[in-house]
Amino acid sequence: MAVISYIDAVTQALKEEMALDENVFILGEDVGVRGGVFRATAGLIEEFGENRVMDTPLTESAIAGVGIGAAMYGMRPVAEMQFADFILPAVNQIISEAAKIRYRSNNDWHVPLTIRAPYGGGVHGALYHSQSVEAIFANVPGLKVVMPSTPYDVKGLLKASIRDNDPVIFLEHKRAYRLIKGEVPEDDYTLPIGKADVKREGDDVTVITYGLAVHFALQAAEKLENEGISTHILDLRTVYPLDKEAIISAAKKTGKVLLVTEDNKEGSVIGEVSAIIAEECLFDLDAPVKRLAGPDIPAMPYAPPMEKFFMINPEKVEKAIRELAEF
Amino acid sequence: MATEKITMPQLGESVTEGTISKWLVEPGNEIKKYDPIAEVTTDKVNAEVPSSFTGVIKEIVASEGETLAVGDLMCYIETEGSGDDTAADTSGAGKAENENKQEAPAEKDTSMKKRYSPAVLRLAQENDIDLEQVEGTGKGGRITRKDILKLIESGNVPKPDDKPKEEAVKPQKQPQASDKKETAQPASVPVAPGDVEIPVNGVRRAIANNMVRSKHEAPHAWTMVEVDVTNLVNYRNRVKNDFKNKEGYSLTFLPFFIKAVVEGLKEFPRLNSMWAGDKIIEKKEINISIAVATDDALYVPVIKGADEKSIKGLAKSVNELAGKVRSNRLTGDDMQGGTFTVNNTGSFGSVLSQPIINYPQAAILSVESIVKRPVVMENGMIAVRDMVNLCLSLDHRVLDGLVAGRFLARVKEILENISEDNTSIY
Amino acid sequence: MTNNRHEKLGLSDESVLEMYETMLLARKIDERMWLLNRAGKIPFVISCQGQEAAQVGAAFALDRKKDIIAPYYRDMGMVIAFGMTAKDLMLSGFAKAEDPNSGGRQMPGHFGQRKNRILTQSSPVTTQVAHAVGAALAGRMKGENIVALTTFGEGSSNQGDFHESANFAGVHKLPVIFMCENNKYAISVPVKKQLACENVSDRAQGYGMFGKTVDGNDPLAVYEAVKEAADRARKGEGPALIETVSYRLTPHSSDDDDRTYRTREEVEEAKKTDGLITFAAYLKDVGILTDEKEKELNDKIAAIVDEATDYAENAEYAEPESALKYVYEE
Repeated sequence: MAVISYIDAVTQALKEEMALDENVFILGEDVGVRGGVFRATAGLIEEFGENRVMDTPLTESAIAGVGIGAAMYGMRPVAEMQFADFILPAVNQIISEAAKIRYRSNNDWHVPLTIRAPYGGGVHGALYHSQSVEAIFANVPGLKVVMPSTPYDVKGLLKASIRDNDPVIFLEHKRAYRLIKGEVPEDDYTLPIGKADVKREGDDVTVITYGLAVHFALQAAEKLENEGISTHILDLRTVYPLDKEAIISAAKKTGKVLLVTEDNKEGSVIGEVSAIIAEECLFDLDAPVKRLAGPDIPAMPYAPPMEKFFMINPEKVEKAIRELAEF
Repeated sequence: MATEKITMPQLGESVTEGTISKWLVEPGNEIKKYDPIAEVTTDKVNAEVPSSFTGVIKEIVASEGETLAVGDLMCYIETEGSGDDTAADTSGAGKAENENKQEAPAEKDTSMKKRYSPAVLRLAQENDIDLEQVEGTGKGGRITRKDILKLIESGNVPKPDDKPKEEAVKPQKQPQASDKKETAQPASVPVAPGDVEIPVNGVRRAIANNMVRSKHEAPHAWTMVEVDVTNLVNYRNRVKNDFKNKEGYSLTFLPFFIKAVVEGLKEFPRLNSMWAGDKIIEKKEINISIAVATDDALYVPVIKGADEKSIKGLAKSVNELAGKVRSNRLTGDDMQGGTFTVNNTGSFGSVLSQPIINYPQAAILSVESIVKRPVVMENGMIAVRDMVNLCLSLDHRVLDGLVAGRFLARVKEILENISEDNTSIY
Repeated sequence: MTNNRHEKLGLSDESVLEMYETMLLARKIDERMWLLNRAGKIPFVISCQGQEAAQVGAAFALDRKKDIIAPYYRDMGMVIAFGMTAKDLMLSGFAKAEDPNSGGRQMPGHFGQRKNRILTQSSPVTTQVAHAVGAALAGRMKGENIVALTTFGEGSSNQGDFHESANFAGVHKLPVIFMCENNKYAISVPVKKQLACENVSDRAQGYGMFGKTVDGNDPLAVYEAVKEAADRARKGEGPALIETVSYRLTPHSSDDDDRTYRTREEVEEAKKTDGLITFAAYLKDVGILTDEKEKELNDKIAAIVDEATDYAENAEYAEPESALKYVYEE
C-alpha cells in the first residue's frame, strides 16, 4: 500500500471517480490549467479535458448554483470553493437550494452535488484563509458535512460523497494537505458517510474530535501513555448528521469526555456532541464534559504568536486530557 | 335544507382579525358560491369575502364596523344541500386523533430505583439521607432531585438505623422531631495515606443532624455587644472563696450571665420563643439550655425554671448538669424543654463566636472570654477594664435586629451595673 | 381583416387557439384562488394575472418535450403550457398530499415537476437562474442540444445570482434564455427605482449575449423573440436575455394591498391592454375565435376549475409524520 499525502488522496479520489463515471465533472476557480491553488486537481485537465475540469469566473454563488442545476439534470458535479472562507456568497444556494430540493419537491428532484473547500488554520492564513465554517452547515437538514482527518479517510469519503445522491460539503484541512501522510489502498473503496471512527482505543479519557485535531489528540495520547493515562479517540469524520451511536458509546467507554474543535467554542459542532452526551450518558459520566476550542473571537489573526494562541495544538490537548484523567 | 355558517377568514399570513366595512348582501338574498358577501378590512389587505356556499342569506350576525377575530361568525346561509360542502374542511385532518389507545398499566417498574443522579447523590450526602429508604417518584422508581428536596423540607429525612447507643445522651429532642432513622452515607472525601478515619457514632451524628437542620431551616442573623464587666469580676472575686468553702463547688461567672439573660428574657419574651411554621410560640417558662462540652461532643442540658433561681441556684444547676455530662449520667429529661441557650465559649478562651441556634429555639447567646483591655472611659481617661463579648445568633424568621438589639442592650446594662446591692448570691 | 401574424411565425390556428385557452385557464385558476383565499380556505395566493401572454408565448416557442424551464412564482401560464394541470395547481393551493409540486410542503406558486421538465423553485428570488445555467451546461455535456429557459421579475434582475449566472452562461456560451417578466413593480417599488438603465435587456451586452425587449401583453411577439433566442442557443450561439414588458394586475400577493402604493386609475388603464383581452380581440379579428366558441371555451374552463377545486378541497392532506420524509435519499 502506498503512503501518500492528504491532498494526493483528494486528487486520487477525483481522478478515479471521473474515470468511473462520465457524469462526474469539476468546476471552480483555477481548477483547470493551474490544477487548483493547492494543486488538488493537478493533472486532471490533461486527462479529462476542459469540459470536465472547468475553470469558472470568480463567482461562488454561481459555482454552487450551476452545480445544483447540473446535478438536478443528472450530472455529479464536484464544485471547488477556493477557500472555505469564501463559501459565504454561495450559502444561499447551498442552504436554501441544495439542502432543500429533495425535501421541497417531495422527492421529485435531488442534488448529487459535492462541494469541496479547504478550511482550517495554522498556515498563516489570517482571518480569511483560516476559518472553520462547518457550524454554518451543521444545522441544515438535507446537507451532509464531511471532514476527514487521514489520507485513507479522504479518499474513501470523497468517493462516497461524489456517489452520494444528496449534497455533501466536503471540508479538507489545508494544513493537513501536505503535513499528513498515510497508507492508502490503490484500489477502489468507499467509506460510509455519517460514521465516526475510533482512531485509538483507551479507557481513561475519551477524546471526540475531527479534522487536524485528531492528529493532535493522537500525539497527546502517545505522550500520556508513558504516564499511564490511556486515551480513547473518536474521529467524527462526518460532523453533520452526527454518528450518535458512536458518540454515546465512546463517551460511555471512559465516562470522561474531552471534545476538541479548531472552531470558535460557542455554537461549534462539539456543542451538539456535548448535548448528545448530556441527553444519553448522565449515568455514565465520571466528570463534566470538557471542551477545548478556539476562543470566541472572529477568526485567527495573522501574527504568528496570536495565531498560535488561537490554534489547538498537541500540548493544549495533552493538558486537557491530563486534567480530566486527574479529575 | 341546511344552515351553514360563514366565518371571518384569515386574510394574510400574520392577520388575526378583520373589520366588516360593508355588507354586500342582506337576509333573503340568493347568492352563488364565490359571490362576494362583504367587504373586509384588515391590517394588511382590504378584500371582498366570497360566500363558500350557494343559498339564501338567512341572518347577518356581525354588523358593519364590527371587528371579528378570524373564525368568528359573520352570517348564516340556508343551503339546498345537506351541508356536504363543509366536509372538505375536515378532510385529511383529525383522522389519527382517536388512535392513541391507552396502554395497559405496567407492572411497577423499579429499574431506575438505584440510578442516582449527581444532584441527588450530593443532596443525600449533604443531608445524610439514606437513599435506600427513599421512595422515588421518577420513571422506573428513580429518586428525583425534587423528591429529596421535598423530604428535606418536610423534615422527615430517613436516617441511618444505628440508634444512639444511650438514649440518655441524645441531644435535646425537638418538638417537631418525629422518629427518624439515621444513615451512614459514605462521604466522597478522598482518603490519603496517613489520614485517620474516625467512625461517626450516634451522638456525633445527632449533633451533626441538629446543626444541619438548624442551619438549613433557620435563617441565622448574628450580632455582638461588648460589655464592661469590671464590677462583676470584682464582685465575684470577692465572694468566690467564701462560696467555695460554704457550698463545696466553685462560683463561676456563668450563673451571673445566665441571671442577666433571664432578666432580659423576662423583658423581651420574643427572645424566649419558638418558630412553629404558621405561628410563633412565646414560651412562658424560661428554661436555659447550657452548652457543656466533652472531649468529643457537645451537650445542651437544661436549667429548668431558671427565672426562679438565685445566683446560687443557677450555679448549683450548672454544676450538677456539668457533672452529669462528665459522668455520662444525663437523662433525656435533663435535655428537654430548653427555651434559650447560653453557651460559655469563653471557657476555652474564645473572644468571638458565631453559635448555631439550638433548634427550634429562637436565639442563642455565647459568653466569650473576659479579658483585660484598655478602654476609653466617659471622662476621656483610659482605664484597664474587664471586657467581655456577648454574641447572639437569632432566627430571623422569629426575631428582627431591633428586638434582639434591645435585648442585648438590656443584658449589657444589667451586667455592667451588677453589684452586691442589686444582685445577691442567695 | 387584421394582418394574420401567427401564420408568418409558423403557428397554426389550432396552436394560437391553444395558446389563448392556456392563458385563459391560468387566469381562471388564479381568480378562483383569490376567492378561495378570501373565503379563508387557502392561506396564500400569488398571481400570474397580466403576465399570462408572455408566459404562454414563451413556452410555445420552446420544445416542451425536451427543453427545461426554471420558472418563478408567477409562471402559472408557463407551467400549464408545460403540462401541469388545473387539478395539480389546486392541490398545491390547498396544500394536499397529491400536489405534484411539493406534496403540500411549499406555498402555492413554488412550481416544480420533474416529468414536465419544470425545475423545483424556492422563495428566495433568482436562485433558479443559476440552476437553469447548470441544466443547460449538463444538457450540453450530455449532448442533448436542449435549451433551458428561466424567468424572473425585473426586481430579481438586480440580484447577484442574475449577474453571476448571466456572466457564467455568457462566458461558456450556454444555451440559456434569461426571460425577465418586467411587470413594473417589485412588490411596491416601481421599475424606475429598480433600474438605472432603460431596459433590463440593456444588460445583455455586458454579458456578451443577445438581448431584446418585447411587449409582454402580446404572446406572438414574445413567441417570436423567444423562438429566435432558442434557435440561436441550439446553434451554439449562446444565451439571450429577453425582457417582456407587461403589468401586474393584482397586488403582489394575497397579503399585499396595492392601493397603498399605486392608483386605481393606473391599474384600470393597464387592464385595457391586458393580453387576455387583446389576444382574444386578435383571434376574433382573424376569425379563429367566435362569440359562440368563446362561450364554449369559458364554460369548459369554468367546469375544469370547479372540478379541480372540488377535487383538491376534498383531497387528503399528507400524514403529519410524513413531514419527516425525504430529507435525504430513502
